[in-house]
This record gives sequence, structure tokens and C-alpha cells, in this order.
Amino acid sequence: MNIHEYQAKQLLKQHGVAVPSGEPCKTVAEARTAAEKLFASGHTLAVVKSQIHAGGRGKGTFKHGFKGGVKLAKSVDEVVDFADNMLGKTLVTVQTGPEGRVVQTLLVAAAEKILKEFYLAVLLDRANSRPLIMASTEGGVDIEEVAHKTPEKIIKEWVDPAVGIQPYQARKVASALGLKGDAFNSAVKVILGVYKTWWECDASMVEINPLAVVETPAGKQAVLCVDAKIGLDDNALYRHPDILGMRDLAEESPLEIEASKFSLNYIKLDGSIACLVNGAGLAMSTMDIIQHFGGMPANFLDVGGGASKDQVSAAFKIILSDPNVKAIFVNIFGGIMDCNVIATGIVEAVRETGLKLPLVVRLEGNNVAAGKATLASSGLTIISGDTMADAARKVVAAVAA
Amino acid sequence: MSILVTPQTRLLVQGITGAFGARHAQLSIDYGTQVVAGVTPGKGGQVFEHAGVKVPIFDTVAEAVRETRATASAVFVPPPFAADAILEGVDARLDLVVAITEGIPVNDMIKVKRAMQGSATRLIGPNCPGIVTPGDGKDSHGGCRIGIAPGYIHKRGHIGVVSRSGTLTYEAVFQLTSRGVGQSTCVGIGGDPVNGTSHLDVIQLFMADPDTHGIIMIGEIGGSAEEEAAEWIKAHGTKPVAGFIAGATAPPGRRMGHAGAIVSGGKGTAQAKFDAFRAAGIGVAATPSEMADTLLKMM
Repeated sequence: MNIHEYQAKQLLKQHGVAVPSGEPCKTVAEARTAAEKLFASGHTLAVVKSQIHAGGRGKGTFKHGFKGGVKLAKSVDEVVDFADNMLGKTLVTVQTGPEGRVVQTLLVAAAEKILKEFYLAVLLDRANSRPLIMASTEGGVDIEEVAHKTPEKIIKEWVDPAVGIQPYQARKVASALGLKGDAFNSAVKVILGVYKTWWECDASMVEINPLAVVETPAGKQAVLCVDAKIGLDDNALYRHPDILGMRDLAEESPLEIEASKFSLNYIKLDGSIACLVNGAGLAMSTMDIIQHFGGMPANFLDVGGGASKDQVSAAFKIILSDPNVKAIFVNIFGGIMDCNVIATGIVEAVRETGLKLPLVVRLEGNNVAAGKATLASSGLTIISGDTMADAARKVVAAVAA
Repeated sequence: MSILVTPQTRLLVQGITGAFGARHAQLSIDYGTQVVAGVTPGKGGQVFEHAGVKVPIFDTVAEAVRETRATASAVFVPPPFAADAILEGVDARLDLVVAITEGIPVNDMIKVKRAMQGSATRLIGPNCPGIVTPGDGKDSHGGCRIGIAPGYIHKRGHIGVVSRSGTLTYEAVFQLTSRGVGQSTCVGIGGDPVNGTSHLDVIQLFMADPDTHGIIMIGEIGGSAEEEAAEWIKAHGTKPVAGFIAGATAPPGRRMGHAGAIVSGGKGTAQAKFDAFRAAGIGVAATPSEMADTLLKMM
């Protein structure tokens, strides 16, 4: 699960990490109040940030022509003007696709005087199953490019999960970033807090980009998280009801939400051949084999190991609500599950939905003869495939026809 | 011979009284596997009965091991309690713990993996279909089936299969058996980002097993375990290996069903894994329909 920047900053703050003062706003009036508070407390510059689950906001453009999903404002009136141009409007960035996302929340925060920008992240290193703290002096830019072109600029510190992070590790990272004095001490505290947030929230990734050295009103240097991104481990959400409450359904595909209600794992893609498969590996392979024979998959859909008739029926309705779909490929290897149950589910779903599109079914496994007989005697036009390759060729041909 | 388990392996099932655990304990008994004990805390003293086989249930794994000399365990415990169940098996000094459970929090597995450092117990999974060493009987009856794989599609023979995915493993096994080619052992290592046994671990076991003559290795996007195995095969491989990587068409940044199947930060792509396969002389199946044929052509 992903959360918004303002929510990520709330979690970081709860774990002792310094973030710029600011508030989430859902209306222009709220934005005005938040701005008034900021300017009254001595800040001279505010930043208005669109809250969507996609990057590239600053360089994005709203569909009505307004440029920039992140704007600096020098006055309350300016904040109000920006809020008016962002709230309820659709922001298109390099990551949203051409349809963009509707901005429903803004983060109105103090814009700090940034002296230097760094990168900081905590993630799982899959190669050794340990938490990894990654930092770089190259902040505020695309970190993947830094890692690719100048890997020596990436600082790595692994944490032993048996004892957790030790303060010396945070000091090593802060020192490697070249920090001194107040900034060094402040960074150590931030690094420890960011790690704590990652571990205690069961995050899959906490990314601070940029982590900034700023000048405080008292003229001292401090380190704080100017932007923050947190991804969470879905498997652990059951023990974090507060974080689960941060889920924003508006940021998810309606079809994917509908699928999750039936414990179906569905991901919408851009092609024209819908697939319905049992098992994640087989579902991915089915997409791959469609492409191998010249077609394009419309979705990933794993109905799971013990799919019921109801699930098959729900799955059909979901894939048929995608207007790009021109044919359907059902690929089931029923090791334990009864192929006849699946076949019955398919026949019912086809009748219920009045399916007009070509349907190719490849059924293999337990009780497969009965399953094939059910399909054959249904009177429906179902194209049968003997192997995955045979079925894939047939479904690609059906779309081309 | 085979790897990890033989038809004589004495199996205990953690979570034997749950619907999922019970169903698959029954199927393992039907397959002829030596299911010697069940563990469900609070139900010690009860008996799990199926097809004339009486399996005693214990409160703890330690007790089950002491009383029945079980050496391997299948974990069917729900996600919140699964890490504890795995470590209980480690504490009882089992040779093998196979965690079937899907949905264990990553941080729990990070702790489990760290706690298992230096222990003699091998963990397979989690989020995996388990292991099958086929038997000599009809439809490979009499073998050792730990987990949820369909036993009957197997056939006793000399090909080792290792995979991160369940149904894709069955697909490969079915292709082999349909061509009259049997398997030594089939291992599903699971689709999670942190797992007990890697592709490389299983490949090394297969290479050392005189009864395994060829290997099918099935991977998927995410992580670099396939690349590591390929690197080792390039330097030390002595038997033909063919394979497939699922997920070439998966969009980056999306988790494809399995928690570990994600291309993130440009890492873990199918292309990189296929390249590593080719560089190591591993036969690449052009489609998942050709996994068995690709290997058989090399043998």
C-alpha cells in the first residue's frame, strides 16, 4: 500500500523525525487558514504541494492548463490562488499517464531555506535479507541514475535485525554525507528516526528525497525531510489499523478495488487480451506467452489456488468491464482444484454476462475430462486450447481476425 | 536418491486441524507420505484420522518430535503466527521446515532468517507449494509430498525442478511427465522477498545428487536470486539446466501477485535474468510451454 506525502510525514513525525511544519488541506478555506498560521508564525515562504500517489508533481501540468503541482507562495493570497487552481483539478505528471489524477488534498507547508540536499532511504536488501540504509550526497535528483552512473556516491549501511540499528551506524552515514556540527547531530537523529519508522510501521520502503540541511530562524543548521515517500508491506497491515486508515481508494483503480473484494489479484494493463489464470507465476507467464505470439495482455489476473464458481464469475465481470478487451484467455492448471468446478463457473459466467467476445480456454489437471465435457456440451462457442502455446496462438489469432 | 526428502521422511504438520492444513495432510496421506504427527496448540492428545491412518496431535513441535521422531514439518499456520511456528520447528531441531503460509509480514521473515543463522534446520518457503519426491507407485504414489502440490502429476525419475511459483512448477512437472520423463525432486522455494532457501541452494543440492541428471529452474521478476544461481552454474555446473523467467510483460513497480515479484528501481527485470541464464549456458525456454522440451533437447 502507498500513502500520501503528508501521511508519510505524519508517520515520520510520530517517530521523532523533523519535517517542515504544515497541514493537509481539503478545501481552499483550509488552505487559507493553514497559510495564515504559517505566515503568522514568522515563515516568509510557503509551499503548496498536490497530494497524489505519483511522482513528478513539480513538473506536472493540470488539465486546465495550470502549470506545476508544487508551487512556492510568498503570501496567503498566493496560497489561496494556487489552492484554487489545484484542488479538485486533474494533475498529469510523467508517472500518472495521460489520464492524470484528481488532486483532493494539498499539503501547505513552510518552505525552508535549503542549504544542501541529500538522499536517504531505508529498504530491504533482498540479497542478504537485511534492512539497508541508503544515502547519497546527490539529493533531489533521480537516485537510480546516480546509482547507475556514480555508484561510489551511494552510501550503504546494513542493519543487523537481531539488535536493530545502533547509533554509531547513523553517525557513520552522517559522516559519510560530510556533515559537521549541528547538522551532523541533527542528521543522526533523523536517520535513526527514519529507520525506526521503516521498522515499526512495517514499511517496504521509506524514501526521503530530498533530505535537506536548512538554516533555522536562529541561524543554526538543521536536517529535515522536505519530501517523503512511504510504501507499506501489505502483509503487515493487519497489525497497523491506523496506517490502514490512510488508504486512499481514490488513488487505486476501481477495477482493482472491485477485484480485491473477491480476493482476486487483478492488475489492469493496456492490451486487448484479457487473462484469467490460477497462480501468480502462471498468470505472469500467460501474459508473457500472449506477447510472444504477437498479442498484448489486457490484465494480470490470479484467481488463486482454490478458486470458486463465484470468483470465476466475478473475475469475468471485472475483465469484461475493461473496454479495450477483445478476447479472453482462460488458463487453468487445476492441480488440486476440480477442473469441472472451474468449467461450470466459466459456462455460468458466459451465460450471465452474455459474452460476445472470443473465449479461449486451456484447462489442465484434476478431473480435466469432466471439465472439458462440460465446456463442450454447453452449446457455447468456446475455443479450446490443448497447451498454453496452442491456446495463446488461438487467442492472438482471434483478436487479429 | 533425491534431495531434501525421501519416501521414508517422517513428516509432521503444524496447523493440522485447520481447514487448509487438514485437507493437505489428507492428500499427503493419500499419496503415501509418512505423516506421523500433527501439532495444534491446545489440541494435544487428540487424533487426526484419515483413510485408516491415525495421526497423533501434540501441543508442541518438541513433543511431537520426541514422540514420533519426525524430521520434517509442513507449516500451515495463519500469517500472524507463522514466524513463531517456523522458529518452533527450528528449536525442535527439525532437518526441514516447509512454510506453505502466504502473507507473512516481511519483517517477521527478516527476524526468522536472522534467528536461523547457524542452525542446522533448512527452511523452504514461505508462500510456497512445498516439495515432492515422487514415489514408484501408480501416479507416483508412495512418494514424499510436503505442501500443496498435486502429487499425481509427478513421476519418479531424474529431473530436478526448482521454482518460485506453484502452478508454473506444476506446468513444468506436467510437461515432463507427459513426455514420459520423471523427476527426482521438485522444490517450490516460494514467492516472497525473504525466503529460507534460494534457487542457488537447491541447484547445488541437485548438482550433488547422483540421481538428478538435469534441472529445470523457473524464476520470476524481482530480486537477483536467479542471477546468483546462474553465476554459480556458469562456474561450477556439471548438469544441463533449462529455465524460464515469468514476468517479462509485467509493468515496473507493480507487485504481480507474489510479494517478491516486483521490478523496482530498474532491478529484477526478466531481461536481466534471461541474460544471466544465457551467459551461464542455461537453456532458455522461449515460452513457458517449452520448459521440458528445452531441457530434453540439451540432454
